[in-house]
Amino acid sequence: MLSRVTAIALNTFREAIRNRVLYLLLVFAVAMITFAQILSLLTVGSEEKIIKDFGLASIDIFGVLTAVFIGVGLVSREIERRTVYTLLAKPIHRAEFVLGKYGGLVLTLLINTAVMALWFFLILALKGTFDAGLAIAILMLFMEFLLITAIAVLFSCLSTPMLSSVMTLSLWVIGHLLWSLDLLGAKTPSAAARALWRTLYYLLPNFSNFDVKGQVVQGLSVAPSAVGFAALYLALYGAAVLIGACMVFQRKELQ
Amino acid sequence: MAVLELTGVAKSYRAHLSLRKYWILRNLDLSIQEGEVFGFIGTNGAGKTTTIKLALGLIFPDSGSIRLFGDPAGNPELRRRIGFLPENPYFYDYLTGREFLDFHARLFGMKAADRRRRVGELLERVGLGNRGDRQLRLYSKGMLQRIGLAQALVNDPELVILDEPMSGLDPIGRREVRDIILDLKARGRTVFFSTHILSDTEMICDRVGILVRGGLKAVGRVEDLVRGEARFWEVTLAGVNGGEIPCGRVVSRGANQILVRVETQADLHRLLGELNGHGATLVSVTPARQSLEDLLVREVHRAGPARSGEVERDAL
Repeated sequence: MLSRVTAIALNTFREAIRNRVLYLLLVFAVAMITFAQILSLLTVGSEEKIIKDFGLASIDIFGVLTAVFIGVGLVSREIERRTVYTLLAKPIHRAEFVLGKYGGLVLTLLINTAVMALWFFLILALKGTFDAGLAIAILMLFMEFLLITAIAVLFSCLSTPMLSSVMTLSLWVIGHLLWSLDLLGAKTPSAAARALWRTLYYLLPNFSNFDVKGQVVQGLSVAPSAVGFAALYLALYGAAVLIGACMVFQRKELQ
Repeated sequence: MAVLELTGVAKSYRAHLSLRKYWILRNLDLSIQEGEVFGFIGTNGAGKTTTIKLALGLIFPDSGSIRLFGDPAGNPELRRRIGFLPENPYFYDYLTGREFLDFHARLFGMKAADRRRRVGELLERVGLGNRGDRQLRLYSKGMLQRIGLAQALVNDPELVILDEPMSGLDPIGRREVRDIILDLKARGRTVFFSTHILSDTEMICDRVGILVRGGLKAVGRVEDLVRGEARFWEVTLAGVNGGEIPCGRVVSRGANQILVRVETQADLHRLLGELNGHGATLVSVTPARQSLEDLLVREVHRAGPARSGEVERDAL
């Protein structure tokens, strides 16, 4: 089983690295991180903070864009282009196909994030500064990418790339603003409405679990328990989403 | 033994936001025997591709049973023994031919050394030996069809399923595909292929099935299906010199040869028996038999025009 998942993952990785969109996004990310350096020259006193803030935000946004734009096409494009026919006529389970596609994008994101992080640290090194907290922040951003990729793959099994990207990006935005749902729940007088808001709060992916950018930029340390919780959250939520994706794809008619 | 068996299989589709069902296959019974070359013929939209997709588990039947090698289809492990080439194949165009075949060989868990050897062999076999390192985006349609055939054979399958393997190929490409099918047969493999290019089918198939609007209208050996249907003979005679012939109708008259159409066997015997008396010599006798094409056209006409609720669509 593992060898088949690996074969599909490696092929997905190969497809991604031969895709110009990936390089375009990567070039933009590197340019934005570099731009932070120029931006910092315009400010007085908090140069480092600007570079860190801007750099982490760039890694976040470009990582998410890569995950979404490649992720939403992973399964649907294979169906649309009918490449899936030859693949699923081989002795592979449909779940192996979904997991392989996911694995391939995770590998792509790993390389992608590593390149962005290295460039970011290089810029910081030129300024003569380094902060271990930044590495933790990037690690947690990577966890966020893993979850958003799983969601993109689920949508990819359900819908067209266009609709899937809108849905995935919406969930990403909502997932960063879930605190407002919590607040809404607390302030709603009706018990039924309160229950609904609470349910949604727990059901929707909470991306703020992975967001320690502000903390790190301010020089505050990140508690190991926060990293642990984020990893656990990713493992459970990500697994649930991927199982959902496999179940959807298992029943899908490949017309 | 039947390597592929469909019993009472029905398949319908529902259009988006519609409650109406469109029947693609109705109560289809089909059995492909070990070692035979079976041609599945029918017009576009007859349900050939749907049948193949059902056999491979890409779509699921509304009712009926599908068995591969005696076991219920749907178990991916059974596909270890199958090779499949889809219609108008589109492959990962960012891969080279060699990478593409290597990827498919990996899905069967083949070791690196075995893969290298097998991929080299297959590239040679489909005539792409010197183009294996070119990206698939640079392949012509015929080359894509060939690399597609190669991926279908990567596991040396017992059952090879080909969906319209000859469509879009030039005569040389078609001949190559034909040769590969005959070679598979010689190696004892079973080949099940759909087509609407009937001349090739007559030449290479042990049996054919004629599918018209989701129903199997005829199945059997080519010679049995078209046997007894030779309704006239064409006789070429030389040296008639303008004289009368005892029976038949002169279709054309050349400088010293005539072509006569004879409607019955009795007339044929009479004509041949009386040749000497007319000073004529026999050049050739050609029985004009019904072809598979005639049979298909007849079945389609017999089925009448498509009723509403039936689909006429390509690549279903």
